[in-house]
Amino acid sequence: MISEAAQEVLEKLWIETVDGRETSTDKKSVGRENVIRGLLKSNHIVSKGNNVQLTKSGYEEARKVIRRHRLAERLFHDVLDVGEEDMEDTACKVEHILSEGVTRSICTLLGHPTECPHGKPIPPGKCCKEKKKSAISVVSSVADLKKGQKGKIVYVLTKKDKNLQKLMAMGVLPGQSVEVIQTSPSYVFQVGQTQVAVDKEIAGSIFVRSA
Amino acid sequence: MSQVESLRVTYDATIESAIKEIGPLLESTYSISKRSVALLFLQDDKDIRQLLEQDESARFARIDTIAKKTQSKYSHPLNYVIRMRLQREAEHIASSCITMEDAPEMPFREKLSRIMINPITGIPILLVILYLGLYQLVGVLGAGIMVDWIEGTLFGEHINPFFADLAEDYIPWQSIQDLIVGEYGILKLGLTYAIAIILPIVGIFFIVFSIIEDTGYLPRLSLLVDALFKKIGLSGRAVIPMVLGLGCDTMATMVTRTQETRRERVIATLLLALAIPCAAQLGVIMGIMSGHPKALITWVLVIVLSFILIGYLASKVLPGRKPSFYMELPPLRWPKLSNVLTKTYTRMIWYLKEVLPIFVLVSVIVWFMELVGAMDSILSGIEPLVNFIGLPDDTASVFLFGFFRRDYGAAGLFDMQDILTGVQLTVAAVTLTLFVPCIAQFMMMVKERGVKTAGSILVFIVVYAFGVGFLLNKILNGIGATL
Repeated sequence: MISEAAQEVLEKLWIETVDGRETSTDKKSVGRENVIRGLLKSNHIVSKGNNVQLTKSGYEEARKVIRRHRLAERLFHDVLDVGEEDMEDTACKVEHILSEGVTRSICTLLGHPTECPHGKPIPPGKCCKEKKKSAISVVSSVADLKKGQKGKIVYVLTKKDKNLQKLMAMGVLPGQSVEVIQTSPSYVFQVGQTQVAVDKEIAGSIFVRSA
Repeated sequence: MSQVESLRVTYDATIESAIKEIGPLLESTYSISKRSVALLFLQDDKDIRQLLEQDESARFARIDTIAKKTQSKYSHPLNYVIRMRLQREAEHIASSCITMEDAPEMPFREKLSRIMINPITGIPILLVILYLGLYQLVGVLGAGIMVDWIEGTLFGEHINPFFADLAEDYIPWQSIQDLIVGEYGILKLGLTYAIAIILPIVGIFFIVFSIIEDTGYLPRLSLLVDALFKKIGLSGRAVIPMVLGLGCDTMATMVTRTQETRRERVIATLLLALAIPCAAQLGVIMGIMSGHPKALITWVLVIVLSFILIGYLASKVLPGRKPSFYMELPPLRWPKLSNVLTKTYTRMIWYLKEVLPIFVLVSVIVWFMELVGAMDSILSGIEPLVNFIGLPDDTASVFLFGFFRRDYGAAGLFDMQDILTGVQLTVAAVTLTLFVPCIAQFMMMVKERGVKTAGSILVFIVVYAFGVGFLLNKILNGIGATL
């Protein structure tokens, strides 16, 4: 088991390198010297001059922490309506204590989200690939809803800029209430006072909290 | 009632300070406030970016740095962040003055809409609309009853003889007489075809299309066919130019602009040129085939299969992003007479402007070629081609006219139906439908898609049309079909 401090270092390193599309980053920017030394020793990171870099096992570890952190953010944001600052702080604490099983349950509950509330990618787990569904899924994409289901849009994926433009043009935005009218051959739903029809791909980028 | 003079939405501190920084750097005058210019620039608006690059060239780098710095503080695109803020403001205003009451029961128009978008009930409804609108109104009423009366009685018995007598009495030169009232003359070939045959058919189509358009049915049709159209590289949106193409392919080619990607526009243009017969052509073909139900079925099968096959292959061959589909469904409503009339009128005017000159021009060209004796050599050049698909020499003129206008060619076939066998009629009708779009459509293709794409499509279509004609002739004769 890796210490909390070490997990923090791995997390920062992930943000700097994987999110930031770099291979390595400055040693001093990611954490205290003794923690880094421990991680070097346990072979989670390697040093490259003044920089450090994730090893394969370090990458796996960091990936899990990031996943827990961002899923926790999603949970607070989408289901519990926690404010931005609280969400961030609490996620930082929770990320260290979530077990694998609980993480999986949260992921399923939230409809296997792919982006955190800040729009950063959430590393997918095994459950995401299997698209596990559960009876108590609270948040799910419109593509996974059934005819007649109602809810409120909690977020839309903003990374696919083209889709975002379309959703904004139709007024499909967080906060709007949604009712699914039909799912085949296209997804038709009522959003506010408007009815829209979209294909599966676009329906999959709208996430709704069930009412 | 009091009015709000102006509404100022305040954004968060980061955006507000960026606006304050950019403001003084904008030294030109704009038709909108500097605040709005700054806000649009922050949202990466292309037009504003271009404008500032020109008008604020000395300060552009600084403005751009401020924008980039601001954008980097957000993980979402700024247009999203700003839009969300506006949405909140709008909801706030709306909630202060609107109360929504739940309707006790689903209104009839909503029930009808649900029936239309459910494939189980929607597809039969679509077929009924096609049958009534296209077959009964455009085919039977337009191409049958109205053409019979206008062409046969009005032009055939009154207008044409009147001008023929007039020309004989007052124009001493035989060739000029031919130009005006001869068999291929402006009056006979140009005006009679345009006004007496084409106009009623296309006119009725435009009325029917405008009515359907005004009810809000087309978006519902789009969502119904989207999954199907995805298979041929198009989205449900493409159903609008396709249906319009059943009226006029030239106009529909122009409308392919509304498709999202270049790939979709090219596929739609190709399919319109190849497999969507226009109303005038449809009307004439229906007329020819009305006595040959088996021929009609064969024709429908070949055209529909060509549409699907070529669409499918084109979607495999052409590079580019897969299409995506999104559409707002407006509530269904009764069509408004004024809307229908205005839409039909504008389309008719456009069509006449587009068509009449070409018909007259074709008459003049044909007359000139006859005069200098070039007609026969051109026709004898086409003869081997029509023989290749099993048709007699006489049909060469049909294909020559077909190039000038599709419907024109079909109308030529109409005159020839007595000398052709059922198989020959079918082969001719299929080849002519697939064959080159009319000159007007080809010119529109060049204008919209460029010479290279339009040229490639043209070459492909000629080869494909005659190839299919050849095969169809072989197969039908091979199995000894009598159609």
